[in-house]
Amino acid sequence: MSAPTVVAPRPARRGTLKQRLLGPQNRNLWFWVFVGPFLVGLAIFVYVPILWSLYLSFFDARNTVTPTDFVGLDNYKFMLTDPAFLSSMGTFLVFAIFIVPVTFAFGLGLALAVNRTRWFQAFFRSAFFLPAACSYVVAALIWKMSIFNGFRSGVANGLLGVFDIDSVKWLSVTTPPWYWLVLVTLRLWLQVGFYMILFLAGLQRIPPILYEAASIDGAKPGWQTFRYITFPQLRATSVAVLVLLLINAFQAFDEFYNILSNFGTYPPYARPPLVYLYYVALGSQQDLGRGSAGAIILAILIGLIIVLQARFTREKKS
Amino acid sequence: MSTPVLGAERPVSSSSAAPTVVRRTGIQRPPIERFGVAVRTAFLVVGALLFLMPFYLLIRNALANRREIVGLKFTWWPAELQWTNFAEAFSSANDVPMGRAMVNSVIVSVTQTVLTVVLAAMAGYGLARIPFRYSKLISGTVLATLLIPSAVTFVPTFVMVSSLGWVSSLRGLIIPGLFSALAVFLFRQQFSDFPKDLEEAGRIDGLGWFGVFWRVVVPNTGAFFAAVGAITFLGSWNSFLWPLVIGQDPSSWTIQVALSAFTTSQTVDYSQLFAAAVIAVLPVLVLFLALQRFIRQGYESTGSTG
Repeated sequence: MSAPTVVAPRPARRGTLKQRLLGPQNRNLWFWVFVGPFLVGLAIFVYVPILWSLYLSFFDARNTVTPTDFVGLDNYKFMLTDPAFLSSMGTFLVFAIFIVPVTFAFGLGLALAVNRTRWFQAFFRSAFFLPAACSYVVAALIWKMSIFNGFRSGVANGLLGVFDIDSVKWLSVTTPPWYWLVLVTLRLWLQVGFYMILFLAGLQRIPPILYEAASIDGAKPGWQTFRYITFPQLRATSVAVLVLLLINAFQAFDEFYNILSNFGTYPPYARPPLVYLYYVALGSQQDLGRGSAGAIILAILIGLIIVLQARFTREKKS
Repeated sequence: MSTPVLGAERPVSSSSAAPTVVRRTGIQRPPIERFGVAVRTAFLVVGALLFLMPFYLLIRNALANRREIVGLKFTWWPAELQWTNFAEAFSSANDVPMGRAMVNSVIVSVTQTVLTVVLAAMAGYGLARIPFRYSKLISGTVLATLLIPSAVTFVPTFVMVSSLGWVSSLRGLIIPGLFSALAVFLFRQQFSDFPKDLEEAGRIDGLGWFGVFWRVVVPNTGAFFAAVGAITFLGSWNSFLWPLVIGQDPSSWTIQVALSAFTTSQTVDYSQLFAAAVIAVLPVLVLFLALQRFIRQGYESTGSTG
């Protein structure tokens, strides 16, 4: 054949620069074909923005992404002393205090019940899991207009009407803060099926032989086996569920925004961190400097939760 | 090393493991146990009814008139079914462009699902199987992004997207969400467990790296692709914060943003709003029920809502 040889015979030791770049059998080339597109995207849409935000957080960047006015740590100082920021942390804490234990308990309870039932197991599992397919926007719509509206046509007030109790204005009064009931039940409905699935998977990983052994040893089914076998065996799942619940509560936005904002304005109370951040960074001021500082503070807080969890799980394992 | 949020102690598909219930085959149960069964069943039945109630309300409202939705009395079922609500909700005479929003949502979710899965599967395979000197380092970098909560990055990403001039565009809605470190991590794990012998066989038959991936690995991990795809689609269809941030012009609203604008606007036609909501939810519910097994397996292996 007269065609020019494309592949030169392999040299004894190191190849040309081209060959070394391509690696044996063009492996390096193929690596970049497979991984390259993703990495480039990740760099452009995750890493560069984060670094850019870090940069912006040291500048007075109102309505601009190329600021010139260096302010040092002022944005951080402002955020950490802003009463609205602190109260958004308070809102998160109150929300977490309700939603975390309640969802945990219901998720575990449903998983135990569904796991043991012999009738229509698949139906029950689907019924509890189905809300996970619904969006927070639609759920907020149902909750706001049909369950917790101020009239007897709302399910909640209709139910109160059966017992001759006066209608409650669930969303327009702040004392007592009934809106928490609306927010917590909504998130519980939408999320608990997901956690039930995690617990069910955990339950199925427990070796049946443990229960057989316990029953031979005379342990009564019910509380005793739950307390000494099921619950300890679910430890890893439980820790993961708790952390997920916390992180997700921290990032709550959709239901707060859709339930509480009216005619385009959000009330000054009950602003969780992301709602607060949304109004700082994208409100009338478009203060991207302070917004960036806030985003970085929140990211660090969430990172702390994850690191603590990793450490906690590792210690217990060893 | 750095575990993701849920310690994925085991690869997928452990769900076929034996059930934990030690079933009693006796004919007579002791009374206390029968009582327990009754309580459990009652708990499940009442719970299931409560959990399905919002769906019932949604459908009832979509077919009702205004007075039946927010009137002074609870209505079990509309006296006259208002099927016209659906047509009216999507008519062009509306202030809120529902039809356009629906089209936007379909384009965004489908594109995002397909591209996310393709990008993540390729990257996952490359990291799992193609030997490269810095492969570990790159995996570590990708894993590190799992520590950054997606919601918090909306400010940085907005900075990026607005300087690219992508605000209020489909590009701005779709592209920033395509690079899911979680999906890459899952695929990498899945492909690491893939039997090497099969790949070797393909290679002997003359397939290259891409051939092995496309003709041997992908066809044998279809269920996993379905799981990641379904979860991505759900997340994309239901996402709200990012489309709200980016959709400053109504022509780029997704269905969720449009519904939200309807919900929080002054002149609300409740019936139409609910009709639109039914159209926004029904397709996903059907998809969810059809792919439930995959979605469950996906969630079990990630433990993350993404």
